[in-house]
This record gives sequence, structure tokens and C-alpha cells, in this order.
Amino acid sequence: MSGKPRLTYLNGRGRMESIRWLLAAAGVEFEEIFLETKEQYEKIIKDGSLMFQQVPLVEIDGMKMVQTRAILSYIAGKYNLYGKDLKERALIDMYVEGIIDLMQMILMFPFSPPEAKEKNLDSIKERATNRYFPVFEKVLKQHGQDFLVGNKFSWADVQLIEAILAVEEKVPAVLSGFPQLQVFKIRMSNMPTIKKFLQPGSPRKPPPDEHYVETVLKIFRK
Amino acid sequence: MSGKPKLHYFNGRGRMESIRWLLAAAGVEFEECFLETKDDLTKLQKDGSLMFQQVPMVEIDGIKMVQSRAIGNYIAAKYNLYGKDLKERALIDMYVEAIIDLNELLMMHTFQPEDKKQQHFANLVDKATNRYFPVYEKALKDHGQDFLVGNQLSKADVQLLESLLMAEECKPDILDKFPLLQSFKARISNIPTIKKFLQPGSQRKPPLQEKDLQRVMKIFH
Repeated sequence: MSGKPRLTYLNGRGRMESIRWLLAAAGVEFEEIFLETKEQYEKIIKDGSLMFQQVPLVEIDGMKMVQTRAILSYIAGKYNLYGKDLKERALIDMYVEGIIDLMQMILMFPFSPPEAKEKNLDSIKERATNRYFPVFEKVLKQHGQDFLVGNKFSWADVQLIEAILAVEEKVPAVLSGFPQLQVFKIRMSNMPTIKKFLQPGSPRKPPPDEHYVETVLKIFRK
Repeated sequence: MSGKPKLHYFNGRGRMESIRWLLAAAGVEFEECFLETKDDLTKLQKDGSLMFQQVPMVEIDGIKMVQSRAIGNYIAAKYNLYGKDLKERALIDMYVEAIIDLNELLMMHTFQPEDKKQQHFANLVDKATNRYFPVYEKALKDHGQDFLVGNQLSKADVQLLESLLMAEECKPDILDKFPLLQSFKARISNIPTIKKFLQPGSQRKPPLQEKDLQRVMKIFH
């Protein structure tokens, strides 16, 4: 066994992508197993690998971890991306939870029926522009530091850069009213571990396409 | 200022109930400020109290905390309900995240339109008895301790008890096949702080009735 964390999921972003981002940002190499058929999925359910019969699954430090947030919190805690004390953790948690709500809209988007897609896209744009991005723009402006919390790189920064790039894929000019976030985006993208993750050939997955949606429905639909 | 945490939400369970449970279990007294009209919510939004314009919001230790998981994590860590190390925290988090998923199903039950109620109920019972409860029954069996993780009360125990009681409200015999969950329920219910919370007159909220649905929807929509 290599000792590297091992990720089991579909060959696509979904709920695993934030985990890939965080491991990559922490400079941690990992292996991936891709579910391609229903049979594969049923097999790992049968062998008891999935505590609640769901993926993501991350094998790390002798544990078979499930539940995205549990996995992310563990990684953040282990690799020192969770602030220096309880109050910084609280702030990181608040920021991350808000971003996860925004990311949830992006996650669900490919699965919305064609007639709802335009409305959902508008919702993503509206929420990003009016509810979420203004908060982080203000935080960065007020403390004038490079990172969201405690003048130190944390899970919150990784989650935010992931979200910015994901929203930009759908709404290209979304950062036009957010000068601090534009600078933040460049700064984060240039951090060595993140820069590496953003290069072709990294474990980063492309945006979901029709094939991905089909695979999800094939594997998970009863 | 009293120094007690102050909870801002409507007068009902919703996403605040788990936070009430945790504070109560930790023996922490708290105050509540109930939103009754849309104006109450708008006022909080306008004065910048709500980071993402949403409740729950808990004023605690000088911070206006939002996001129920963030609040739950903070309380758990502060009051020693989060295990003794990173690995125990990981287990607690895994258990709690699944309970949150189950609670969503339980809470949504009241909001189902008539034509979807039966199907939703069937799905709820199936998930509770085939996906979630067996995991905790087994954890208690394998672990052989009074608590789910380590050998001390944690957020996982508190959230599980909350969920078991809510599930029983939906279907009184739902724990029939789970003897260890039944004894867990009895045991954790008898912990003094929790016992107090389970008594009439505590800040525990009743299940939402259909007649209250409209009133609650008016605040948020």
C-alpha cells in the first residue's frame, strides 16, 4: 500500500472535487479509483466500504472516510489549513459553509431539466453576485491581507478559489464588480500547489458534460 | 448583556433545534429572539447581522455566528463534545453528517404536499431503518461503550438522540428492530442536562404542525 490517500468516486467533479482541491492545495498526492458501472458501485456497498452506502469515499490514515464535510474537515485539520484556534476555525467554517451552499447550486445545475436551466443559471449568478461574493470582497478589503482568515492560507481560501473558478465557467464576467476577488484569484492561482493543480494533466476534473450526467444517473438511479 | 448565547430564529425546530440540543446538553443557558414576521428577518438582514442573510444566527463569545454546522462545530469544540483528537473528530463528523441527512428527511415530512406524503414517508422509513440506524446499532455493538465515540459524550450522541426521538414522532415503532439504539436512547435521555431539556417547559421546540406552516413560510418567502 502506498500510504497515499485513495479516492473513490466517478471520473468527474461532483462532491469529490472540493476534496481533490484541498488535498492538492496541501501538496498531498493521492490515488483515484473511478466508478464506471453500477456493478462496481454495488460491489463496494456489499463489501462494507461505504458507511452509508454513498460516495465520496476517501481511504486515509487507515480510515474509510465518507461524508464530504467530514473528509474536508479532517484534511484541513491534518494539514494545518484550519486556523490557529477555535475562533479562526469558526470563521473558516462559516465561510466554507456559505461557499458550499453556492457550490451546491453549481453541483445540481447539470441535472436540472432543460426548461429550468436558464432560471437556475440566473439564480447562480444572483446568489454569487449579491449574497456570497460581496462577503468575501468585504473581508479582504477590511483586513487587507492575502488570505481570508488569520493572515494564513486555510481551507476557506481553497474553497473560495474553487468556487470563483466554477462560477466563472458559467458566468464569465461574474468578478467584474469585485476587484479584491480578482486579485485574490490571481494570487491563489499562483500559489505553487494550486498552480500545479490548475495545469493540464493534474487530477482536476473538467466541468460536467452530458456523459458525466449519464454516468451519474446510470450508477445511482434505482 | 447577559453573556449567554443568543439564538435568532423562528419559534420552531428547523435548523436551530440541533443547536438548542447541543447547548442544552452542554449545560449552557441561552436566550432566544424569535422572528415572527418577515419584517423581523428583513431588519436583521439590513443591519448586517446575518453574514449570508440567513438564520440560524447565534450571538456567542462576541461573534454573530451563522451556518448551523459552523455553529454546531464551535459549540461542540468549546464544550468538549468533539472527541479527544483528530480521528475521533473524524468519526464524530461522519456520524453527524449522516444524521443531518436523516434529519432533513424527517423535517421535510411536514412540508410534503398531500400527493407526495406517502412516498416520502416510505422513503424516510426505508432510509432510517436500512441505511442509518443499522450503522449506529452496529457502532454501539462493536464499540461496547455507553457513547458512540471514545468513551465520553459527544456531539454525535446528542444529535443521534435528537434524531431517534424525531423518528419516533414520525413512526412510534421505528426502533423496534434496534435494541441497542433503544437502550442508548434511554441512557442518553437520562443524562441530567439532557433529561432537563426533555422536560416540559424547556426550550426544546415541538414538531411543526401543518397549521403553523403558512406562518413560517411567510417569514422566509
